[in-house]
Amino acid sequence: MAVLRPQDQLPGLNTATILLVGTEDALLQQLADSMLKEDCASDLKVHLAQSLPLPSNVTRPRIDLIVFVVNLHSKYSLQNVEESLRHVDAAFFLGKVGFLATGAGRDSHCSVHRNTVLRLAQAYRSPLLFCDLEVDSFRVSMAQRLVRMLQVCAGHVPGVSALNLLSLMGSSENPSAEGL
Amino acid sequence: MDETVAEFVKRTILKIPVAEMMTILQAWGFLSENQLQDINFRKRKESLVHDLVLLCEEKRARVSDAALLDIICGDIDLFDMKQFKSSFKKILQRALKNVSVTFRDAEENAVWIRIAWGTQYRKPNQYKPTYVVYYPQTPYAFISSSQLRSSIPLLGQALTIASKHHRIVKMDFRSRYLDSLKAIVFEQYNQTFETHNATTPLQERSLGLDINMDSRIIHENRIEKDRVQKITEEVFGDYPQPRLEFAQYKLETKFKSDLNRGILAERNEPLRCLVKFSSPNLLEALKSLAPAGIADAPLSPLLTCIPKKRMNYFKIKDK
Repeated sequence: MAVLRPQDQLPGLNTATILLVGTEDALLQQLADSMLKEDCASDLKVHLAQSLPLPSNVTRPRIDLIVFVVNLHSKYSLQNVEESLRHVDAAFFLGKVGFLATGAGRDSHCSVHRNTVLRLAQAYRSPLLFCDLEVDSFRVSMAQRLVRMLQVCAGHVPGVSALNLLSLMGSSENPSAEGL
Repeated sequence: MDETVAEFVKRTILKIPVAEMMTILQAWGFLSENQLQDINFRKRKESLVHDLVLLCEEKRARVSDAALLDIICGDIDLFDMKQFKSSFKKILQRALKNVSVTFRDAEENAVWIRIAWGTQYRKPNQYKPTYVVYYPQTPYAFISSSQLRSSIPLLGQALTIASKHHRIVKMDFRSRYLDSLKAIVFEQYNQTFETHNATTPLQERSLGLDINMDSRIIHENRIEKDRVQKITEEVFGDYPQPRLEFAQYKLETKFKSDLNRGILAERNEPLRCLVKFSSPNLLEALKSLAPAGIADAPLSPLLTCIPKKRMNYFKIKDK
């Protein structure tokens, strides 16, 4: 199936799966390693993809959260994310998609403007997180944050749903109240 | 001395033109300097050869000695290091009264030349010398960047004449590492051992990766990754790349755009722009671009042709 849908499959028992989409494999790998080092009651699975659509002949678990990683140093990575977004069903954007921008720390290397990713995230009504994945300490705290988000999106946190989380995050990050 | 050997020696010596006789016999080294000096080279060739053969007989020349002479004769391109050096020096000294030239013989038959330039009226400036490394068996010389640009044509001329070539061409190929320039120019960087099962290495390598990785991490684009890896290996090989620091492209091309035509697209004259890539090891960096996900594979041929074309300074115009 070319388009990813959130409720395509039944969830696995106590399993939470995150899909990281981004061109720079090394960064994604490092982030995945950091996430898996976290203590977590759920069984975590991390899928890494360079772009969407995903190969169709593979069985994969239900995806609970998609994070699109954009490297601000590379217009190519932004382009890749923009094209991949077209293969995601609208239902995912109810709290199960996030954007992660890396490389903001080295301003002189940035060829993608901060506002560009900001507008992209606003257009898709999804949270945007900034983190320099190359810095160990930043990456570890981002990994912790993503694990908590993932657990919520997988429904493992009683009383909090993905949509709740979205509105909680939305009030501080995106001034998108006027868009509604 | 056997009759057949005597005949062989006679015929080999006959092949040598009289003008080169002395040089070749000296190079042969079978007859001593004294003996060679006693010979009258002004005689008629037949008689000269007869004398030489007699000398060889006295010294009991063997087939192997004669064969050696044959090899030396066959090498028409006999390179004489002494002659090259003296010729090179003379040419420079004739043009500029004040110039100091020093030679040093290095390994692999190379000669290192140091030139300090002066003028008719000024002594050579020893603090701004030019260095040249010349490999006589090849048509290549490596020249350090000269701070005195006026000396370059003269240097080129001296090298061309002294080495008995017709023309010298400046290659658009520069680097701080002589070894890398040599490796690319003499094509010495791409030696890999041939293994019997050339197809298994890639598979083995990817298997190795999987074992080390957490099984909770799944790569969705495995096939694409392998494709990129394969293409990169085909283009760059799996050996370490020689070190270059720059690649420079001077573009003089018309603006091309997929979007709506703007002011730049309407311009008729070509745009001039300079694109320079720099890196501690440019070729390794290019090799890692596609596997790192920073660029698509295959890379632009403008980047991958650098070792093949032995160029890293390009001028690109619309056809």
